[in-house]
Amino acid sequence: MKYLLAALAVSMTASAASAQSCPSWQSGDLTLTNAWSRATIGPARPAVFYVEIANAGSVDDSLTAISTPLAEMPMLHETVVTDGVATMPHVSDIPVPAGSTVSLAPGGFHGMLMGLTAALAEGESFPMTLIFERSGEVTIDVGIAAYAARGPACQPDDS
Amino acid sequence: MPTRRQLILGAAAVVATAAGTLALGAWRSRRNPPQTDASPLPLALTEMDWRLTSQRGVPVGPGDWIGRPALVFFGFTWCPDVCPTTLINISDWLEELGEDAEALTIALITVDPERDSPEVLADYVSLFDARITGLTGTPDEIARTAAAFRVRYEKMPREDGDYTMNHTAGVFLFRPDGRFAGIIDFHEDPAFAIPKIRRILT
Ligand SMILES: [Cu+2]
Repeated sequence: MKYLLAALAVSMTASAASAQSCPSWQSGDLTLTNAWSRATIGPARPAVFYVEIANAGSVDDSLTAISTPLAEMPMLHETVVTDGVATMPHVSDIPVPAGSTVSLAPGGFHGMLMGLTAALAEGESFPMTLIFERSGEVTIDVGIAAYAARGPACQPDDS
Repeated sequence: MPTRRQLILGAAAVVATAAGTLALGAWRSRRNPPQTDASPLPLALTEMDWRLTSQRGVPVGPGDWIGRPALVFFGFTWCPDVCPTTLINISDWLEELGEDAEALTIALITVDPERDSPEVLADYVSLFDARITGLTGTPDEIARTAAAFRVRYEKMPREDGDYTMNHTAGVFLFRPDGRFAGIIDFHEDPAFAIPKIRRILT
């Protein structure tokens, strides 16, 4: 019995740790959450950056740039498929209309981090500054998930 | 501005020269309505003639795939968004298919043979699913293979001297006799992918 209780306590602790909910950040009317990236094989390959941005205000905003000490050339991209061919054009800005949520997510908008100063290692994190047209700058912490991760290692906030 | 049909006919030239910007204008806007008159379909495997090398250094040709249903897609290991997403989708399909998936040949053919050596491919595919075969070859062999699949790809130089690749992103399905059986598009609803794969398994 004692053993069972101990095992239960351990498993509860473990599941609580693995299901830690993703942090969120505020900047004016904007809430940023579910920020994540994938580990990279070495520093030569580009990395990605994904995040969810909610605009609770009544004024449209837009994400105009990103910057991080981890990449010399961070850019906003969008994966586009036309006639079956996938391209990743640079986008000058990502609209965050009033009252809506915009996702940078696999297969769509993403931050593309080129010229990495170091490889991205699973379990670590790095700072990322997002620059908005109206709300200004906000710096968040981006958790690095596995090479083949489908989403953030933290528990996404689905609200 | 060339018409789209000219672009398709010009695909071989693009493949051969990997010259910059021919079709970029047409590809740039996601606000274009979806195109319905699709690109030419891949040949049957029995009509193809190419020879590549697997991540284990083994030569592979289209004849080696006859007798089993096959999922084939093109990509490259420097690809940060589209290719991991495709590989993850495939892992999900395999999981959902369970034991039935064991019958499948699954192959990733690189469009970036300059960087994707067999060793690089081995490291990469092992991160996703051990059942996926990575294939590479000389630039000429890759061009020849892509032409048989009617796949388009193009090197896109970046300001910093590095480059990325545009490429056909769907997953091609082939029946055990080598006949082409359809494409799972990159943005296709996952609900349609499994039935499409089941059709080539029977
Ligand atoms: Cu990109």
